[in-house]
Amino acid sequence: MSGALIAWRWELRKLVSQKRTYIGLGAAAFLPILFVTVMALQKGGPYDAPLGHNLRRTGLALALVLLSFVSHFGAQIAAALVAGDIVSSEHSGKTLKMILTRSLRRGQILAGKTLASFTYVLATIFVLGLAGLVAGSIAWGFNPLTNFSGARLSALHTLWLSAAALGVFSLPLIGVAAFAILLSTWTRNSAAAIVGTLVYALGQEAVAGLVHQSWAKHYLLSDQFDGWHGLFMSPVSWTPVVRAIWVSALFIAVPLAIAWAIFKRRDVADD
Amino acid sequence: MSSPNPVEALGLVKRYGSLAAVDHVDLTVERGDVYGFLGPNGAGKTTTLRMLLGLIRPDEGGARLFGRDPQHELPEALDGVAGFVETPYFYPYLSGRKNLELLAAFDRNGGEARIDELLELVDLAKRADTRVGGYSQGMRQRLGVAASLLRDPRLLLLDEPTNGLDPGGMRDMRHLVVRLSGEGITVLLSSHLLAEVEEICNRVAIIRTGRIVYEGTLADLRASARSNRYRLRTTDDTQARQVLLEHSEAHDVILGGDELTFDASESEVAAISRDLVGHGLGITALVPEELSLESLFFELTEDKPEEAA
Repeated sequence: MSGALIAWRWELRKLVSQKRTYIGLGAAAFLPILFVTVMALQKGGPYDAPLGHNLRRTGLALALVLLSFVSHFGAQIAAALVAGDIVSSEHSGKTLKMILTRSLRRGQILAGKTLASFTYVLATIFVLGLAGLVAGSIAWGFNPLTNFSGARLSALHTLWLSAAALGVFSLPLIGVAAFAILLSTWTRNSAAAIVGTLVYALGQEAVAGLVHQSWAKHYLLSDQFDGWHGLFMSPVSWTPVVRAIWVSALFIAVPLAIAWAIFKRRDVADD
Repeated sequence: MSSPNPVEALGLVKRYGSLAAVDHVDLTVERGDVYGFLGPNGAGKTTTLRMLLGLIRPDEGGARLFGRDPQHELPEALDGVAGFVETPYFYPYLSGRKNLELLAAFDRNGGEARIDELLELVDLAKRADTRVGGYSQGMRQRLGVAASLLRDPRLLLLDEPTNGLDPGGMRDMRHLVVRLSGEGITVLLSSHLLAEVEEICNRVAIIRTGRIVYEGTLADLRASARSNRYRLRTTDDTQARQVLLEHSEAHDVILGGDELTFDASESEVAAISRDLVGHGLGITALVPEELSLESLFFELTEDKPEEAA
């Protein structure tokens, strides 16, 4: 097994042993239940949310509507909580010198940490999607969905598209996690990395609100959280999907490259 | 061709701003040595060890472990090398065993199979499945030794290994180091405790404010400090004092307690002893007075009044 995979496997084991890991996962599992409960207690609903008009008609809409809700802040918090801590906790716990004097290279250790953070992001989105599917289907059934273009999609087709939507949504969130890893590596301080990541995510939202040229907005990370909308058009609009992929890739690659450059050369002293 | 020494450092320098924490340090640890790296707190021992382990980069100079440069050949330069700097730290939310499993996986040398044996060796078998967060410092220190031995090392770098241990723990740790040395492991051990180094090390380097002020064997260090002062006990010290005072070669004769002390050269002492016997005195002891290692250590590592001023 390669060194990066060994580090990844052990980072996952470490995450499983820490309480903070379950905050994001627990929230992802609880949110759909809360949403359904609130909807059951009132007549109205967020019908103006993307695909919100499907709520109460099919449970398949719930996870997709929730993606729009969490795209503004919640998902970023979950990503930042783990990714912002993943390198800095080794400094604060003084364990970095222990693992750096074994037989893995620094790059392999950072790669393992990066993969573990991304795995966590994917797991959180998966839990959100699964809990949304289960809670929504119990509440409103496993029925066809009407897409943005007004076309009716079968339940099974919607299920596949939802899985793809969750994947596309994960990409900018991984971009947020990559920035958290950079801050975690650079500052060596978990609180600074987590708060800094949230400021970064909010900053992108703010800039998107200020920028008048719509073309410029399309290249901010915040805009990519809506990239999956293209999957629910007839015919499928690949432009926002493809853009979400490559813009997110840039927002992932640049912070990680900087983090690697810092981590590779950093002196490890207790400071 | 002879195989390279376990540790060779040449001209190591590490500066923090204008302060030279390590200032042109040369070290040579030979195979089989239990090498004491002695100095007061803050003298530069830990910084030197960090450079040897590739954790920090020297500003000047370089080091080689078994001929490989830890600055440019990691992790290969650490093959057969293990140890810890300062207190060993572990993941507090994992058990002692899980921590060792993690490190064994990172070592990629099949060390997993030795975990139980090593936990027994450091007397942690009964607490192996307890989270490290609940361990005492002594237990963490012992787990640190187990973590080092997982690598099946040829060279152990131990930074203040008895720090935080109670007297029994310190004794056990020293015995363990001696035992490991007996098994062929070269040990470089830093300490600020002279007694510890004296008990287990065959060679020492003494560092003071970042500079090596002595490197060699303890025997040579002692010999270098041998003075011309002698201690004498006889069957009648009062009469012996008279003999010494009459003897032109004996100087600064002092009768104190149950012995006499005086200055003389080695050849003069032979004449003095004959003279004493000639006066009918029995000599029960006549030995050169040596500075204690402790005195030597303080002399080498403490600021002299003019330096401190």
